[in-house]
Amino acid sequence: MNPAWSVVLFTTLAGAAQGLVVTLALAELASLPMSTGFLADALALAVVLLVAALVASSFHLGRPARAWRAVLMWRTSWLSREVIALPAFVGVCAWWWLALRQGWDLPWLPVAALVSAAALWLCTAMIYACIRFIQEWAQPLTLANFTLIGMSSGLVLACALAALAGQRALLLAAGPIALALTLAALATRIAALRRNARLRPKSNLQSATGMRTPQLKQMSMGMSAGAFNTREFFHGRTPALLRKVKNAFLLLGFVLPALLLICGLATESTWPWLLALALQAPGLIAERWYFLAQANHPQNLYYQTVA
Amino acid sequence: MIAWLRKLLQGEEPSAPETLAKQLALVIDLNVCVGCHACVTSCKQWNSSGSAGPLADVDAYGASPTGTFFNRVQTYEAGSYPDTQTVHFPKSCLHCEDPPCVPVCPTGASYKRASDGIVLVDYDKCIGCKYCAWACPYGARELDEARQVMTKCTLCVDRIYSDTLPPEERRPACVMACPTGARLFGDVKDPHSAVSQAIRERGGYALMPEWQTRPANQYLPRHVTSAADETP
Repeated sequence: MNPAWSVVLFTTLAGAAQGLVVTLALAELASLPMSTGFLADALALAVVLLVAALVASSFHLGRPARAWRAVLMWRTSWLSREVIALPAFVGVCAWWWLALRQGWDLPWLPVAALVSAAALWLCTAMIYACIRFIQEWAQPLTLANFTLIGMSSGLVLACALAALAGQRALLLAAGPIALALTLAALATRIAALRRNARLRPKSNLQSATGMRTPQLKQMSMGMSAGAFNTREFFHGRTPALLRKVKNAFLLLGFVLPALLLICGLATESTWPWLLALALQAPGLIAERWYFLAQANHPQNLYYQTVA
Repeated sequence: MIAWLRKLLQGEEPSAPETLAKQLALVIDLNVCVGCHACVTSCKQWNSSGSAGPLADVDAYGASPTGTFFNRVQTYEAGSYPDTQTVHFPKSCLHCEDPPCVPVCPTGASYKRASDGIVLVDYDKCIGCKYCAWACPYGARELDEARQVMTKCTLCVDRIYSDTLPPEERRPACVMACPTGARLFGDVKDPHSAVSQAIRERGGYALMPEWQTRPANQYLPRHVTSAADETP
């Protein structure tokens, strides 16, 4: 597939916001001592990230003005469910922020935040995992990766904020969890890479055309200058570049942040947390780009030659 | 829920879809298609001026012209020299009996008609999210660059039910244009129709049967007639 930057940014930003809110909600439910001002500011940042994600996602639409229609088919479409789950999650976060600012006592809000964050992860991941013939996506690891990568980035963000704001209790509790989940995300991402490297495509040129001879070559795609089919489903990058992106995202998204988290836990200084955040952000954007680029759509079988 | 997810992710066969009483479809005869692209141009002409249009062209007179088409003719070379054959392969929406593009549509713009099985897009409801194109293994859908909505073959729904066209012209434009009769059109659920008969008698097959989409359009395979058969 040709990765759309709107989708890359949307899923990365929303994932980080979900991870941040889940971290805050769990800290609140565990009664960790946190200043209300910090909690409200962190929630406000999550809402800003989510709104930025929503704006990014609208660039994926040909007709964004009609986007409201996308809530209608929630019975069958994971995309429609996501279009419902995202504003619901933003609403809960904004409500929680408002409750903190107004001093309302609504103890169920962190629970609602947890549930709606989980629902959004499920919807987002299932958009990809439910397409059965994109074999790179149609697997449970897609769900695990969306959730764990979102949690890792949210925890790293929460730790950086806590380190900046001097929220020691939160930093001490979230730091080790951030390290553990970053390593867990690395493990499931590598598992998905390994599985996809061994993947055998179910479709081939013979099944696509019904011509059963093993010597089958496309001479003409039926057009000379490309079409939607060649623009949307081919990334046009070399395998060497893809390998570089893969190595870069494993290093920047997981390995280096994990080392910096260890450094932060050991030294009690602020900079490792901030540096971990600064390195992980481009790393995870590269990860999502690679996730989309690696998907090999069976329709590509029909577009092998420009003639 | 775990079991449900597992079933879904293991590529479970789509849950027993309702079988329609009528399913209009094309049957493409690869034995006689000569690759003239008359079906492509007649499709473009009719659908640019009919209810589906306009089908936009970008850079139409430039170096890299590209545009929206509902139908393409591709060419393949089968076999190895000297026993090679050139096979022309027309490709359009297959109007699957279990179309994977329909349930993923978030707005309901993509739908399959219960009355005749045609898969259509309501251009006024489409938001251009492209998810249906991702969910079609055949690449049958194209986003119209000018209108920014998803488009696809309509089986010339505005011809076949027309009150103004003469009855013999109430057929898809591509079928009308084909000079060799390589495109048959009819109801594949009616066992007595010409399309059902052709599928039955000439080994009609579906594309990518491995995904259980049950394409309504089928293809009639190439039969090689060797020179030896013609000698008395």
